[in-house]
Amino acid sequence: MGRAVGIVGVGQTHHGKRMEISYPDLVREAVVRVFEDTGLSPRDIDGVVSGTMPSMMEGIALTHFYFADAMQAVGKPILKTETCGSTGVSIAHTAYYWISSGMADCVLAVGHEKMNEGDAQATMTTVVEPFYQRFFIAGAPGVFSMQSQMWAERYGIPQEKIREAAAHISVEHHEAAFANPYAHMKIHVTMDDVKNARLITYPVRLLDVCPTSDGACAVIFMSEEKAKQLGRPVAWVKGVGYRGEEYFFGDSDKGVWQSAVGAAKQAYDQAGIKNPRKELDVAEVYNPFTFQEMLFYECFGFCDLGQSPDLVLKGVFDRTGELPCDPSGGTLCTNPIGATGLVRVAEAALQVMGRAGDHQIAGAKLALSHAMGGVDQFNGVMIVGSEL
Amino acid sequence: MAKEYKTLKTEIRLPYELSYGPVWTRFFEGMREKKIYGTKCEKCGRILVPARSFCPRCFVDTNAWVEVAQTGKLTAWSYINYRYFGMPTEPPFIGALIRLDGTDVDFLHLLGGIDLADLDKVRGIVHNGMQLKAVWQEERIGHILDLEHFAPV
Ligand SMILES: [Zn+2]
Repeated sequence: MGRAVGIVGVGQTHHGKRMEISYPDLVREAVVRVFEDTGLSPRDIDGVVSGTMPSMMEGIALTHFYFADAMQAVGKPILKTETCGSTGVSIAHTAYYWISSGMADCVLAVGHEKMNEGDAQATMTTVVEPFYQRFFIAGAPGVFSMQSQMWAERYGIPQEKIREAAAHISVEHHEAAFANPYAHMKIHVTMDDVKNARLITYPVRLLDVCPTSDGACAVIFMSEEKAKQLGRPVAWVKGVGYRGEEYFFGDSDKGVWQSAVGAAKQAYDQAGIKNPRKELDVAEVYNPFTFQEMLFYECFGFCDLGQSPDLVLKGVFDRTGELPCDPSGGTLCTNPIGATGLVRVAEAALQVMGRAGDHQIAGAKLALSHAMGGVDQFNGVMIVGSEL
Repeated sequence: MAKEYKTLKTEIRLPYELSYGPVWTRFFEGMREKKIYGTKCEKCGRILVPARSFCPRCFVDTNAWVEVAQTGKLTAWSYINYRYFGMPTEPPFIGALIRLDGTDVDFLHLLGGIDLADLDKVRGIVHNGMQLKAVWQEERIGHILDLEHFAPV
C-alpha cells in the first residue's frame, strides 16, 4: 500500500423521492453538508471524483461536467468513475488511490443518482449483453433471484428456512432505518408482511427488494499529514479490494461468488484481518435483496458456506448481534444507485469515528463497506478503522 | 401541503445498429437451421456457448467450431412474476441457466413447456439438475428468440 489515507467527514442528502429539487441542487445538498461537517472549504480540495450508475439514468451524459459547479470542481482535476452498482465504492477507491499515490492531499468524492427522473428499468436493461442475454434477465431481481436459488439449492438450505431468514433481515433493516435520519423507506414491517408481500421474482417478494431512490453522498479523503492537522476523529482506510468476472452471465459460478470472495480477501490481507466475524465491529454490506445479503455474509467469511440463514435467525447480524450488518438500514431501505456504495463507505466511516448518532454501534473500531455491480459481475470492498 | 414544483418532460430516442461480426453472424445463421454452435478453446479445452471469437480466460482465438447438444441440465432458475422493460414474454415466465451437454459454461434462456400459472405446481416440477431440451420456433429469423424455450425432457 502507498501513503495512509483517512476519511475526515461525510455529507448525505435526505434520500427518497426528491422531485421537488433539481439534480444539481441535490448534489450540492450533499457537498454543502460535507463542507459543514469538516469545516473545510472548496479551496482545500485538490481534486474531485464523482460518478453515477449509468449517466443514461437521468438522460444527461458526463454528469461530472453537469455537476462541476455543484461540486466546486472548477479549476481542479476532475474524474468520473462508473462501475454500475459498485460505482460508489469505486469512487472511494479512486479517491484513495489518488491520495495514496502522493498525487493529492485532499479529494472530494461524490456519488449521486436521481432514479425517479428517468426510466430506471429501461436504463438498467442496457447493462445486459444485447444479442443473447438482454431478453431473459428481467432486471436485477431476475439475476439475483437466480443467483440466490443456485446458492440455496447447492447447500441444501430448505426453502422455509431461507424464507424465514430473509424475512428476519427485512424486518431488522426496515426497523433500523428509523434511526437513520437520511434513510428513504421508513416503514414498520412484520415477518408476515414480508412473507405475504407481492411476489416479484420467486423467491423475492416486494419487501425483499430495495426502493427506487434519489440521493447523493459526499466524502472527503485526506492524506495522513493533513488529516491529523484537523484534530478530529478520522476513519483510516485499512484495506481496499476489487474483483471482476467474465461479462456473459453463465461463464462463471455465482453460487459462491468469486469476485465477492476475492475483493474481500484482498482488503482483509491489506488490513491484516484473519477472522472477519471476530475482528470486524460492523459491516455495511450492499444489500438490495435480502436473499443475496446472506450470500455475501458467506463470501466475506462471516460464516461458513451454507450457514448464514442459521446465524441470521440467531440474530448474529442484528444491531445487537456479534457482527451488526447494515445498522443504517442499508441498501434495502435506500438505493440511489450511484451514491449507494459511497453511502456504505460513509456509514462505515461514521461508525468508526463514533459519529453515527442513533444507529451507532457502541465502540466500533473496524468496519467493512461493500458494493457490487453489473450483471453479477463486480464486487468492491473498503475497510476503515479508527486507528491508523 | 408542500408546494409542488415544475418538472420538464423530455425524451431521447436513439436508434442503434449493432455489428454481430463473423462469429456471432455464423452462430445466428445456425439458429435458423435449428443448430446451436459453440467454439472450443484449444488452450483450456472449454467449449463456450454461444460461440465466441476468443476465450475470455485464455485470451486466445477460438477457431474450432462445434455444434453442441440441444439437451442439458438446469443450473439455476428464476420465476419472474412482474412485467419488466423489454421482456419478450408476458409474466409469469422462467429465466434459466442451462448447462448444455458437453459444454463448459451455462447458457441463459427461458424454461417453458409447463403450466406456469401456479407457482406451487412449478416448484413441484422445476429443480436444478433436471433434463431440458431445446424447443424451436416454426419461423426462424436468426435471433436468440428462434429458440422458443427449453422444456423438460
Ligand atoms: Zn480458454
